[in-house]
Amino acid sequence: MSIKNYSQEELFKDGVRIDGRGANELRPIKLEVGVLSRADGSAYIEQGNNKILVAVYGPRELHPKHLARPDAAILQCVYRMATFSVDERKSPAPSRRELELSKVIRGALAPAIFLKNFPRSTIDVYIQVLQADGGTRCASITAASLALADAGVPMRDLVAACAVGKVNGTLVLDPNDVEDKLGEADMPLALMPRKKLITLLQMDGRMSKEEFLEACRMAINGCMEIYKLQRQALIKRYMVIREEYEGGEEEDA
Amino acid sequence: MKEERRRMHDVLSEIERRFIVSLASKERRVDGRMLKEMRPVTIETGLIKKAEGSAKVSLGETKVIAGVKAELGSPFPDEPNKGVITCNAELIPLASPVFEVGPPQEDAIELARVVDRGIRESEMINLEKLCVIPGEKVWVLFVDLYILDDNGNLFDASSYAAVAALLTTKIPEVEVNGDNVVIQDERMLLPIDEVPVSITFSRVGGRLFLDPTIDEEKAMDCRFTIVTDKEDNVVAVQKSGDGILSERDISEALEVAIEKGREIREKHFYPILKSREAEAHG
Repeated sequence: MSIKNYSQEELFKDGVRIDGRGANELRPIKLEVGVLSRADGSAYIEQGNNKILVAVYGPRELHPKHLARPDAAILQCVYRMATFSVDERKSPAPSRRELELSKVIRGALAPAIFLKNFPRSTIDVYIQVLQADGGTRCASITAASLALADAGVPMRDLVAACAVGKVNGTLVLDPNDVEDKLGEADMPLALMPRKKLITLLQMDGRMSKEEFLEACRMAINGCMEIYKLQRQALIKRYMVIREEYEGGEEEDA
Repeated sequence: MKEERRRMHDVLSEIERRFIVSLASKERRVDGRMLKEMRPVTIETGLIKKAEGSAKVSLGETKVIAGVKAELGSPFPDEPNKGVITCNAELIPLASPVFEVGPPQEDAIELARVVDRGIRESEMINLEKLCVIPGEKVWVLFVDLYILDDNGNLFDASSYAAVAALLTTKIPEVEVNGDNVVIQDERMLLPIDEVPVSITFSRVGGRLFLDPTIDEEKAMDCRFTIVTDKEDNVVAVQKSGDGILSERDISEALEVAIEKGREIREKHFYPILKSREAEAHG
């Protein structure tokens, strides 16, 4: 199985993209918090056809101990794709891409966490991509920051992430797999929305200086929209916890 | 995970960090440079005769050597008419007290992938011209980078070494008789369409330092690399490390990357391109 070869014109015609979206439109996003029982915190995201699970363990004791920092916790991120998550079966051994993404995702999340509150310990973030549809690193970051919040890890802000692509000379928000693979550029960006601080920025393809700056603005706006969904998902989770807690109190009384 | 270990064994004293930051508030640096000034660049090509192409780059005291080996191999199934190029970087223990023996870890993989991205996305090499028999045999180029002395900014030093090595790479001409490929004695230069230039900053104490030294890297919150092409387009970008960037940092870095990119291209790569042309016509 492989993707059909669309021309640039087919990818963006009369202001409409191949999946029917406008240039500035996100894919449908579903966020769930607290989906795993054993993890300290967890989250699940569907963004278009992406399906990604994230678990957070910690802050907990670090092994081997010599990796520990005396003044702060370390953050460890593992990004892995399931063998069946892509058209051609992926080898289960970690690829160079997965290792690089683990590293940049850690860089995207670390600025948001008060790591200095937990010296000598580790916070572990495990990301499992079950189905990939373009933009997995961004969706992973969006979900991972929710899982961190669910674990009760103290944070400066959530981290929302979203990419901007370029098809047929037009910048498009949140490119899907086909737009990502056949498009002219891809620029993922992660943001701490309260102060608009950028924690991840990568780009490949070709953009003029003006396009690049415009792409940054579009991605930031996309992150602000995702931020709203993140907050809703957290509130929803909190309401469930509160119900359980208050229900329990009545039983006791 | 390796980076955490590196950070621990390679600490910079708080006093040194504060010195770097306080000098920067006066727009100065420990080695006397301005914030947006590069260290001297030297590029030496063709020093490894066993390789199809090679280059050694010094960026201040940082030293990187790149070698290109070419062999005939199979194309990727989704690109049957294109040659293949792969970059690999080795952070060998002779280059730094914090590099260890063993297979490439996160840092080395990120470095190689960012260098690779600049070359690939700028379409520096016309890979279609490296196809010998469509779907069967193409040229596979291995660009291997060895870090010899890590005094900071491996990203740019490695990128310049890879680009210079490719600009001077010569592969054998081949003759195709049916399914038979006969390698000739004559050699040809690679089909080059672009010259990507990588420019890297460290963000220390809220300021961008162009071409950071190792101490400036130890003090940094994050690194920011921008690769541009001849038409001043951005072809690759990487923010790396645990810190943050503001929108202002990005537009500032973009301006400098374009300007310095032009300078490096004109001063260091165009002379190599010229001697290529002279050779092609002579």
